[in-house]
Amino acid sequence: MKILSKPSILYHWRAKAFVYLLQSLALASGAIVLLIVGFLLRESLPILRQVGMVRFFSDRTWHPTSGEFGLYPMLWGSMLVTIGGVAIATPLGLSSAIFCQYYAPPMVAQAYRRLIELLAGIPSVIYGLWGLVVLVPLISRLHPPGTSLLTGLLVLALMILPTIALVADTSLANVPPSYLQGAAALGLGRWAIVRSVAIPAARAGLSTAVVLGTGRAIGETMAVLMVCGNVVQMPEGLFSPVRTLTANMALEMAYAMADHRSALFVSGLVLMALVGLLVAIAEGINGEVYD
Amino acid sequence: MKSIQNSPFKTAAGLFLILPFCLSLAACSGSSTSQPNAPKKLVLTGSSTVAPLVGELGKRYEAQHPGTRIDVQSGGSSRGISDARQGTAEIGMVSRGLKSDEADLQAVTIAQDGISMIVHKSNPIATLKDEEIIDIYTKKTTQWKAIGGGDRPITVVSKAEGRSTLELFAKYFKLETKDIKADSVIGENAQAIKLVAGNPDAIAYVSIGAAEYEITQGSPIKLLPIKGVEATTANILNGKFPISRPLNLVTKAAPTGLAKEFIEFAQAKANEDIVKAQYFVPLAR
Repeated sequence: MKILSKPSILYHWRAKAFVYLLQSLALASGAIVLLIVGFLLRESLPILRQVGMVRFFSDRTWHPTSGEFGLYPMLWGSMLVTIGGVAIATPLGLSSAIFCQYYAPPMVAQAYRRLIELLAGIPSVIYGLWGLVVLVPLISRLHPPGTSLLTGLLVLALMILPTIALVADTSLANVPPSYLQGAAALGLGRWAIVRSVAIPAARAGLSTAVVLGTGRAIGETMAVLMVCGNVVQMPEGLFSPVRTLTANMALEMAYAMADHRSALFVSGLVLMALVGLLVAIAEGINGEVYD
Repeated sequence: MKSIQNSPFKTAAGLFLILPFCLSLAACSGSSTSQPNAPKKLVLTGSSTVAPLVGELGKRYEAQHPGTRIDVQSGGSSRGISDARQGTAEIGMVSRGLKSDEADLQAVTIAQDGISMIVHKSNPIATLKDEEIIDIYTKKTTQWKAIGGGDRPITVVSKAEGRSTLELFAKYFKLETKDIKADSVIGENAQAIKLVAGNPDAIAYVSIGAAEYEITQGSPIKLLPIKGVEATTANILNGKFPISRPLNLVTKAAPTGLAKEFIEFAQAKANEDIVKAQYFVPLAR
């Protein structure tokens, strides 16, 4: 306050420099996204010129070395695994946050939170490895081959659970205590307070939690690659193997040449579009919440 | 607060990281203008199977011969052939024997590669005929019972498009890659081995060197013979095992200077450990 009331030339200069610095940094991060899109476009242009975008959706299957470029099954693979994972992780994550904030004794809540944070810090390869050596054999006993859509979405659910739980926990913690005290003073029970006061007040944060979880799920590569089977097909059920767009790139990029390589960049472009769509939807939802 | 306190340290650390880089750049540009000290450079292009092996060999060669640079680029065996022919690269890397129309080039084998089928140790199957393997990989046979195994469905594991193991497998069994119908598609040998180790119903094809290594590490898998020939590195070496190929370095004329030295280095017994670490079979001596 003191500085503000007594502006000096030096202060102005520094403030201005600081603003310029922030502006250029913001510009740089924006430019990076554009550069990435530009790069993807440039790399995929040879194949797009040759066969066109339509073939990537009209071809039934993916054999880039024999001239078939169907991305549709993988687009579905990515979406189904993500939707499934989010559908399982969301109720678990939200209830874990509610438990932590409103039901657990402080000591237990603290220990539990540390545990979830630890879960969030585990690299995805570890989840994938665990899925491959524990979950896959287990599910293959239930219904072979074991590497399947189900395995993928279970591993993803486990992976994004901590993200959702932690962000939801933070947003519930930010609900003004006066709301809760007021509700309690009105004689509402604990569950009624949580349901009709805390959750509506933390709506924006809770939806952010789910969106962040979804983003992590859709971009996940290694864990999914290891447990999903990676067969390019429309899954017939929970037990059929699927390939996601991310796994497609990771699997084939190292050994791809010419058209094949270019076609993989088209997968990247489609994934980018999918993520863009997700962000737009999230923006729409959040807009509503804030209004 | 924490991040604010940290930031000067980070910047300082960043500067220290960048500084030697700038210096080395300056040093490089300096030496390239003064001709006598210019680093000797060798360019190798070609097969993506051979490239990682040559890359590792190159690293050791550079470490032992300061002032040389071994530049390795992958792009397929056919690129290796054409680059060596046109002189774009001093040495081409080719993961097969030379064809009859490539007799103008000189090939030197630096290692062998072979693949075979693996199944779980508990699988009663001890051998599979070639036709049975083809039927499994085209999903004409989907039950182990049909070929003398247990009453279980077969889990077919194959490799991703573009992998050289897939090419070799498909070529030997005369399959088109799109005819192969798998339950699980993976990228690396190690992953195929883990999958089979965890699934008693699975079958996969992998580099024999990789499988032998994992078996010594206690992985519950077994290698199946092909056409009655045991899948061992020894049988690849003596040329009996049918699904194998040489990894070659090709040159347009008899190699001289740095190229000759590097090829000799790649064949040297002292560097066999690198060949083994890449799951290839070193030369017979």
